[in-house]
Amino acid sequence: MSTILGMPVPVLLGQLTLGLVNGSFYALLSLGLAVIFGLMGVVNFAHGAFYTLGAFAALLGLQYLGINYWFALLFAPLAVGLIGVIVERLLLRHLYGLDPLYGLLLTFGLALIVQGALHQVFGASGQSYPVPPSLAGALNLHFMFLPLYRAWVILASVVVCFSTWFVIERTRLGATLRAATENAPLLQAFGVNVPLLVAATYGGGVALAALAGVLASPVVLVNSHMGTELVIVVFAVVVIGGMGSILGAIVSGLLLGLVEGFTKVIYPEASNIVVFVIMALVLILRPAGLFGRE
Amino acid sequence: MRLRRWTLGLGVVTLMAVGPLAAHAADVVIGDIDDMSGVYADVEGAAGVESINMAIADFGGSVLGRKIAVLSADHQNKPDIGASKFREWADQNALNLLLGGSNTGVNIAMAKVAAAKKVPFIVIGAGGASLTNEDCTAYSVHYVYDTTALANGTATAMVSAGGKTWFYLTADYAFGTQLQNAASKVVETRGGKNLGAVRVPLGAADFSSFLLQAQASGAQVLGLANAGTDFSNSLKAANEFGITRTMKPAALLAFLTDIHSLGLATAQGLYLTTGWYWDLNDETRAFAKRFFAKIKRQPTMDQAGVYSATLTYLKAVKAAGTTDSDKVMAQLRKDKINDMFAKGGYIRADGAMIHDMYVMQVKTPQESKYPWDYYKIVRKMSGEEAFGPITGLCPLAPK
Repeated sequence: MSTILGMPVPVLLGQLTLGLVNGSFYALLSLGLAVIFGLMGVVNFAHGAFYTLGAFAALLGLQYLGINYWFALLFAPLAVGLIGVIVERLLLRHLYGLDPLYGLLLTFGLALIVQGALHQVFGASGQSYPVPPSLAGALNLHFMFLPLYRAWVILASVVVCFSTWFVIERTRLGATLRAATENAPLLQAFGVNVPLLVAATYGGGVALAALAGVLASPVVLVNSHMGTELVIVVFAVVVIGGMGSILGAIVSGLLLGLVEGFTKVIYPEASNIVVFVIMALVLILRPAGLFGRE
Repeated sequence: MRLRRWTLGLGVVTLMAVGPLAAHAADVVIGDIDDMSGVYADVEGAAGVESINMAIADFGGSVLGRKIAVLSADHQNKPDIGASKFREWADQNALNLLLGGSNTGVNIAMAKVAAAKKVPFIVIGAGGASLTNEDCTAYSVHYVYDTTALANGTATAMVSAGGKTWFYLTADYAFGTQLQNAASKVVETRGGKNLGAVRVPLGAADFSSFLLQAQASGAQVLGLANAGTDFSNSLKAANEFGITRTMKPAALLAFLTDIHSLGLATAQGLYLTTGWYWDLNDETRAFAKRFFAKIKRQPTMDQAGVYSATLTYLKAVKAAGTTDSDKVMAQLRKDKINDMFAKGGYIRADGAMIHDMYVMQVKTPQESKYPWDYYKIVRKMSGEEAFGPITGLCPLAPK
């Protein structure tokens, strides 16, 4: 059997595939963060909490309203996105024009409240969300058996990520959004409702986090802590990609998933810090991030 | 990133500022320091405090004519927080007993405070057997279970059932390594072989790549030397990736709440070892019924154990006629423990509370007849068999 770095090729391929699955989650989450930071200048620390809320929306939707997985993919992001819009209108908008630190503190506080409330109601041990029956089996990739559901995660994430990128970078709507960040008063003078646009942007970014939460719910136990650890990694991903760079967030999300997968084979103990090591290196060598503009 | 760390720090400080109410100086003060908000919060946590209150109420609310007060705090799985809270209570609240919740790392730190402050310290939720070996103190008791007993139960059962070759998924901290070492020893002495281990960072988001490494080893048994959410998530992924078709998973530590989270469809057939189960006999069921009425969940072994430990301490205080730490410790070592948690239990010189342990197998969904009907008894181990002989590593208990 051929080997690379002393590792049999099939083992390596298997690990890289799994890395891609994790990278898909990183990409989706960091994309939402990048959209919110890039277009609004808000460092959204509540992102992990919205991810958790997305998973809980799917779980409770299934348990109490009988909403199945496929509808949950639509329902949960909408519901959580709406919460995002309310948060923006009620709280965040008062902080525009102030130091970004205030937005960061506000969203951090929100995250603690959401996590605490979920913990209070649902406890710490989490609940199982079943894999949808149509995605039950496994794919034989010859080097490994990949559960169909994980393959679906990669596909869904890549499609959503690049559609979002396309909308923001290549359409008229996206151009308007970007114009709102460049010069809001001028855009307003053209008759565009800028506050609505900003609220929708935050709602959209939050909805992406919720979507990631729904996608994750059949993979991990749904619990109040699921977003806490993840959001820190995702922030590192965004920093590596370049704060606010949409493409940077997507590409570095997928890439870091791969790097992490690789680390899990060669030195598992380091797998949860490798992202931060890379972040430190990027900050030293290229402070604006891989895709950021100085 | 500097900003982030600063804000995180601020959050932690805010959380820490919310302290419990001070107790009156004349009260007998029982403290409980546990994970109240993190991954282990359901295993004992706030419901454990409820158990302590139940025990105090059952005892009559006072001892030696003094009222009994309870303090509780969240150690957030940080050894420094646990130790400093313990020290604070000992210095300012005239603490008489500390009950230590989950997390071996935190409990090792708190044991050092127990020795320095001479306060009786009963470990409930933490599993590391080092607490009665290298880290033992004259004031420590390890009450519910330890890594040695878990390994003697589950690993022995698995090897006897034909699982000769093992690969471990190990939580990368004190508890995980102690559990893996204990299981490895059992596997070897029983004629099995340890093929390797992968150390997984605590709270990992994804276990699949570690599981594939385990599968690649070709071992028959997947030893899960982790706990709480890590355990549940790794077993869930093992099912999803079909690992459980080629390897038999062994839960080196699983609590009732974990099995409840996973559901029987995923957890069925799993071997595990427990110090107590709610459905053992009429006495355990009676306690469980009272507990359930308050918490809406059946108690774990820790939640039953902390009830028993509180009663045991109060009985010892009453018998000794004093709360003097040394006299109470001597009394604790003299008494036999007979209640709904343990029959004929006793505290050994090294601090281990020796009592029966049960090797369980998780029922299939068909076998389960009513809510929370999860385990069937495979084997009852005597305390001596489960906890093994005194190792001599604790200076208080020479071999």
